[in-house]
Parts: sequence; C-alpha cells; structure tokens
Amino acid sequence: MLPAKLKKELQRDVRASEHPREKAVDVMYAVQRHYGYLSDEGLAEAASLLGMSELELEELATFYDYIYRRPVGRFVLHVCDGVVCWMCHEGWACLAEEESIVTYLCARLGVEVGQTTPDGMFTVLPSACIGYCEYAPAMLVNGKPYGPLTPQSLDKVLDELRNQPPGHLVLDR
Amino acid sequence: MSEKVLLQNRRPDRPATLEEYRASGGYQALAKVLGEMQPHELTQAVLDSGLKGRGGAGFPTGRKWSFLRADAPHPRYIIPNTDEMEPGTFKDRILVGCDPHQIIEGTILAGYANQAQRAIIFIRPSYEPEAELFEREFSRARDEGLLGENILGSGFDFDIALHRSAGRYICGEASAQVRAIQGERPRPDKEGHMTDSGLWGRPTIVNNVETLACLPHILRNGPDWFKGLAVSKGGAGTKLFGVSGMVAKPDCYELPIGTPLREIIFEHAGGMKGGAFKACLPGGASTKLLAPKDLDVAMDFEALAAIGHRLGTGAIIVFDEGACLVSACLNLVTFFARESCGWCTPCREGLPYMRHLLLKIELGEADEGCIDRLGELAKAMDHSYCGFAPGAAAPVIGLLENFRDELLEHVAQGCCPFKGN
Repeated sequence: MLPAKLKKELQRDVRASEHPREKAVDVMYAVQRHYGYLSDEGLAEAASLLGMSELELEELATFYDYIYRRPVGRFVLHVCDGVVCWMCHEGWACLAEEESIVTYLCARLGVEVGQTTPDGMFTVLPSACIGYCEYAPAMLVNGKPYGPLTPQSLDKVLDELRNQPPGHLVLDR
Repeated sequence: MSEKVLLQNRRPDRPATLEEYRASGGYQALAKVLGEMQPHELTQAVLDSGLKGRGGAGFPTGRKWSFLRADAPHPRYIIPNTDEMEPGTFKDRILVGCDPHQIIEGTILAGYANQAQRAIIFIRPSYEPEAELFEREFSRARDEGLLGENILGSGFDFDIALHRSAGRYICGEASAQVRAIQGERPRPDKEGHMTDSGLWGRPTIVNNVETLACLPHILRNGPDWFKGLAVSKGGAGTKLFGVSGMVAKPDCYELPIGTPLREIIFEHAGGMKGGAFKACLPGGASTKLLAPKDLDVAMDFEALAAIGHRLGTGAIIVFDEGACLVSACLNLVTFFARESCGWCTPCREGLPYMRHLLLKIELGEADEGCIDRLGELAKAMDHSYCGFAPGAAAPVIGLLENFRDELLEHVAQGCCPFKGN
C-alpha cells in the first residue's frame, strides 16, 4: 500500500489537473519510486488514482523504457548502444567480437541485458540513444550520465556504486 | 568566427541566469511584441524570416502557424518538443542547458502569435537535469511577470508546464507526442490536422525547441537580419550542428545555415580522430549515409535535398575508414526495429526483416539476392503510416547507393572484411 501522505499528494496533483490522464506518467514514476519498481499492487493503485483501468495503464507501463514492471537493482544502468557509442570504443580491445560496451558491461556483471545482478545491486536495461553522443560511449546510472567510458573508467564507476551507502540514490529513472 | 546567436550565452559550467539572458537582450522581443504587435504581424515576421523547423522535417515555421484558423477555438496549445531521442542528436540538451530563458521567451512568443493559453514542454527522461532547470526558471519568469497572468501588464495570459516522458523514440513524432501527453499509448495519429484538433481535441502547434529559440532574435533584430545570418542563398539563420563519432572534438557547434559539411567536420570539430573520413550521416540517424564525394555540400535544407539527402536535425555522425558500414546500419536498424511502435505492418514487420538481411550480410551468409531484397524492402518503407519507417530505411538506402562495394565484399569474402584487423 502507498503511504497515506504520498497517496494524498498524488490525489491532489491528479485533481488539480484539468485532464487527470495527463498525470499518468508522473503518477507511475511516483509509485515506482516508492516500490522501487511498478509492482502489480502499485499499478492497481496508480490506475485507481488516475481513474483509468489497470489494463489502460498497463498498456502505457509496458510501452515505456523508464517504467519498470519488474523489480530492478539499486542501480539501473542504461548503457547506450546507439550508433555513436557503438563506434567510439577506443581502447576496448577486449571487445573485438561484438564491439559494444553493453557486451563488456554485461560480462563484468555476469548478467544479460534485462537482468539484475544476484546481489540486487545492478540492472542493465536496453537503451535507446541516451543523448550524450559527445561523451560517447556513455551510460546513465539512475539518470546520471557518465562518459566517455573506457573499460577502466567503467570498472571504477561500478566500484564506486558498489560502495555507495544504502538508500543513497533514488530509483526513479 | 561566425556570429553566435543561440549559444551566445554558453558557459563551460552552468546555464545562463535570467539576469544574464536579459543583459544579452533577452525579453526585449517579448516587451516589444506585446506592446506593439498584433499576433498576425508576428506570424508574418516569422514567415518573412524564412525560419524552418529545426526538429528534422524543416517545414517553414510561419506556414505551420498559418494553418491555424483565425476562428479556431480556445484553449490552444503550444508544445515545445524536447524529446530528441534519435541517435547522434543532442543539440536540444545543450541549448536548454546553456540558456533556458531563450526557449521560455520563444515559447511565449509562439503562444502570443497563435493566441494560445498554455504550453507543455515535452522532455525525455535522460534530460532530467534540464527538466529541473526548466521548472526552476519557469518560476523565476513568473516572479518577474514574464510568464503567467497579464504578462508584462499586457493583458496576455500564458503559462508553461512540463511533461516528463517515460521514454520512447516515437514520442518525438508530433501526433504521437500529443497522445503521450494525453496518457494514451503513443503512436502517430494522422486522422486530422494538429492545428484543428491536437491536444485534447484543441488547436495545437508542436515546434522543436531550437526553432522556438530563434524567435526572440528574429523579432528583436528583424527577419532580414535573420536571413543574413545564413551563408547560403535562400537559407536563413544559424543552425546547431551536433557533431559526434570519430572526430577529434565532438560537440555542438552553432554555425550559419549553409556552412559546408567539410568545414564543420575538419575545422570546427577538429577533423578526424585518427583514421580517414569514410562516411557520415549528415542529419541524424534517419538520414542517408553520405560518401566523401559529397563532403562539400552546403549544410542547408535545399542543398542537401538537391543531392538526395536531408538536413534533418543537423546531427552529423562521422565514421572513419575502420568502421564497417554494414554493422553500423545493422546497429541503426536494430535501434529502429526495437523502437517501432508497431502500429503499422511495413514498419513492424519490415524493419526486423531488414535487420535479418543486414545480419546475414554482415555474417557473410548472404548472396547478392539478399542485397537486392534489402533494397526492395528499404523502398517499401515509404508505404508505412508515418515517417518513422522511411527514416529508419534512410541509412540503408545510403549504404546501397554509395557503399554497394562494401556490401558485395561481405558477400564475396563470406565474412565481414573489417573483423579481425
């Protein structure tokens, strides 16, 4: 269940809007922040707040890249595999086969795209170009951009994230 | 150095403040327009300036506005498009992050010209810092009487809100964007014209934020001044060129419309990083691969159209001789196939099939028939519901037209000639 305070805030926001559906994404983000992902329970609560059916909201939730219908790790890694990041792989000699930082990252973490590391720390999600082409190759971690990445700097970022105290970063995007 | 207009207040570390924007002439156009000009005069000035949309299609902005009927009902909406999810394209992020009030002023001016009441800035999730910046600066503008009710005492009411997207490439398409804001699954909707029935069934104008950022300058300095910024005949204004890929200094450069492509890559972007120039996408991921023979083209809408290319968003993605253009297209088509909204068959079924053929060619498992089929499919993308699929096919068409030898080499060698070097 959403805490009463959050529910009231969201109700107020939705009511203040001339068109409640306009708030669909904002409400999904807020509920996702609370649960860590958009759980079934959260989806039902969000739909009820918006006056939409669960199916209608599900149609949106499953369409968007930054709404997570499955649990994610503390850090969501949107590592860019757009054509610019794909080609800017200087120093990535280890990647001769696939030439992609996604491949490297997944190998380091022992996961496939879409999966979460067993310690619940990292989730690698498929990503469209993230819009940081001048810093290619780049990635977003919970919305914060990093780049240009080298194998060394990527390893360093992962180490730093592993050492973050719990609860340090929000899980919205 | 050429005159900087949109990026004149760019700083290395932070956005320009309201005061800094004002010191550079900001909000003078708004005061002038609200005090002296009728809405239709504003539209005329924009028509006279020759401003064309900077979001990709390059449609004349004043003409887009002129489709709005004089007796169109209220409320009317302006949607400044900051979705920008095409690979290689990042100019709007730079623009928002350097001078947010320029966009705010441009949006209010568009609102006045079209007698709109509200703007909703649509912004992608990876631009969250820019979204927060906007919200902060909206409230500054309201405090100063520049936004909200009775702007500068003129009796004109207009406010701006922000809509955070949850991220899908198709949301950049105007009618899909409207559906996204309405809490519907975003897909293109070509039923009616946006100026008659857009957001919530009301008259709506969707403009790219770079387009809107030009407005204060046009209205302050006049349409002729704006035309004079271009270095090509018939062009108007400056353009933000986001240069990325294998260049020494990837960045966003503001240059006159019509600046030669060669100059942008080899002078402003510092030339190639290492290997020689092989190809580029001149206007973003949905434009055709361009070969070295066309490097001297003027970067404006007409000159690129004349050689069968598009200026698009002006995002220049540069490949060097070490790049396998078959794999580059495979990467691009993979992106587009995944991002297709699935609404219509050519796009939903055709792009995965194009991807399949490219993969076969890349792996050396194809014959020449595959190359022909790839060409047929790429052309068939014109039969889709919206511009997404033809855009997705564009790099492949460039590959087939300009780099057919590279495709044939894959077939002849039975493997990728670039692997294992």
